[in-house]
Amino acid sequence: MSESAFQIFVNALLANNFVLAMFLGLCPFLGVSGKLDTAFPMGVATTFVMLVASLCAYGLNLLLSAFHLEFLRLISYIVIIASSVQLVEMVLKKYSPALFRALGIYLPLITTNCAVLGVALFQTAREYDFVQSMVFSFGGGAGFTLALVLMASVRERLTLSNVPDLAQGTALSLMLAGILSLSFMGFAGLGG
Amino acid sequence: MSDQPSSDKKVIPIAVAAPDAAVPESPTGAMIRTLGLVSAICGLIIVGAYQGTYDAVAANKRIATERAVFKVIPAAKSIAEFVAQPGGGIAKVGAGDSAVPPGTVKFFAAYDESGKLAGIAAEGGAKGYADTVRIMFGYQPDCQCVVGIGVVSMRETPGIGDKIITDKDFLANFTALDLKLKDDLSTLAHEVKAVKHGSKTSAWQVDAISGATITSRAVGKAINDAAQALLPRLVPNLDKLKPS
Amino acid sequence: MTIANTPQTWDEFMEGVWKQNPTFVMILGMCPTLAVTVSAVNAISMGISTALVLIASCGLVSMMRNVTPKEVRIAVYIVIIATFVTAVDYAIQAISLALYDALGAFIQLIVVNCIILGRAEAHAAKNPPMPAMINAAGMGAGFTIGLLSLGVVREILGAGTLFGIGLFGAGFQPWVIMVLPPGGFFVLGAWLLFFAWLERRKLRKAIPLAEAAQHV
Repeated sequence: MSESAFQIFVNALLANNFVLAMFLGLCPFLGVSGKLDTAFPMGVATTFVMLVASLCAYGLNLLLSAFHLEFLRLISYIVIIASSVQLVEMVLKKYSPALFRALGIYLPLITTNCAVLGVALFQTAREYDFVQSMVFSFGGGAGFTLALVLMASVRERLTLSNVPDLAQGTALSLMLAGILSLSFMGFAGLGG
Repeated sequence: MSDQPSSDKKVIPIAVAAPDAAVPESPTGAMIRTLGLVSAICGLIIVGAYQGTYDAVAANKRIATERAVFKVIPAAKSIAEFVAQPGGGIAKVGAGDSAVPPGTVKFFAAYDESGKLAGIAAEGGAKGYADTVRIMFGYQPDCQCVVGIGVVSMRETPGIGDKIITDKDFLANFTALDLKLKDDLSTLAHEVKAVKHGSKTSAWQVDAISGATITSRAVGKAINDAAQALLPRLVPNLDKLKPS
Repeated sequence: MTIANTPQTWDEFMEGVWKQNPTFVMILGMCPTLAVTVSAVNAISMGISTALVLIASCGLVSMMRNVTPKEVRIAVYIVIIATFVTAVDYAIQAISLALYDALGAFIQLIVVNCIILGRAEAHAAKNPPMPAMINAAGMGAGFTIGLLSLGVVREILGAGTLFGIGLFGAGFQPWVIMVLPPGGFFVLGAWLLFFAWLERRKLRKAIPLAEAAQHV
């Protein structure tokens, strides 16, 4: 595939935003986007895990393809992701305990974040090389963070508004997400 | 652990040890044993599933490929798979090989009922609106042009992007799309590109579907990239494609 | 199974379908719910695939629950789930490449579907195989129903067909947004609104009855 790094980054960030266009990472998106203070660190942590996962997946894929063991791909990807999350947890616990406590249960849940496994699977399917993979995962993580931050900002505002209580909760978040997704469709074709 | 008063008298502990502390750490042996057991069972299941479905999957893939090739080269009756190698030669792919060596480009030589070369079919892919658009195009060495396209896979918007399958004017682009090489056979003479709807002037341009520019551009780019990679290696070796 | 067990089994099954419906009540497994429900066929296929993985994984987890030390349990669950997803992945390829292409990466993403890991941890690890698998089947059925409810609406509105069969005449202008990402969000939000409204109606009806009971 001959996409340039810039195109891949812009696409993953905006036009094919992981959350709003590709439907990856929705559980944390709906769960953690209540407050801006937790949304942004969550986005950054997820981006970091995505970068690590992308790196490992690239290496793993080369290894598995060399030995014709493609059927072990999924299992090895998910095990590496689970290990990366453990690693990030330990690092955070040691160097930033406040952040560790703030993220709480959501940190181990990054393992089941479809966006992380999605990055690994998509970059394999599209046969990206090393640079393309790194840029793809960084753009995807940035897009995830962007969507989270946007959603959190709007939801924080909405707590002060007069929303009919029938719609409160997840229904409202989903409608919001739909409008955000609609607006992101305007980025189609950006970056070539 | 319950608090023991620090006196010499023998005291009976009042409270039992706290529940948390009573659960012993599992021995490493048990953990390793379980992980080993799980890996063995799961390994068996995966390998069993892979082997069990291998033939069916290969058959499905072959049928899909054949259907795509027959669509773009209607006169075809049989297909042979080849790869164009980085060094410049071409080689036939054996029946059992499935892996494509890096740097090679896969293509299909289609033969009609009398055994003559009816055309070449190759796949190309490019980023469309939603995801990769993969198309198969048919190439005629005599006119050095594309004679037809078929969509292998795409995830474009229904009703908009998927018009590339049905729009007759768009498909007419590909009845004689120019893929001539430069005189030194090193690269395409003209880049295959999609142009705005209604502004096509040359045989190597693709008239985009109005309102589906991005998908149309993807089709043009897919053909261009595939042809750029394949034709310089294929054209000098065309005679090698004659059936043996 | 004795007769006394049968209502319990049915309850186990129905719990996943209604009271703890993964899509509408627990709000789990959102990624595939919104991504593949552009048509009813895709929705059912994804639902059945997930249900199969659920049942098989919960079965194996339950069978191994007494030999699984708690420190490695998550790793064990993940490996088991990934195994069955890989198997289902190959099975779908063998059945229909077109379906495989339509469902795309989301087949493999079943591995990170929170429903499965959640069920394994909460239920299968603590119960014998049969109840675990029945509960899993209920969850799978509930998930499939959730997927179908979205798939049917999005297909009818967005393409004018149902299971591929055209419903309206040739002049039908499909509401294309329904089969695009925003449509998924809107339709699920609409369903949740609908269920909230049903809940409220049920509560409203219950209040006069409760008040009447008080006065007796």
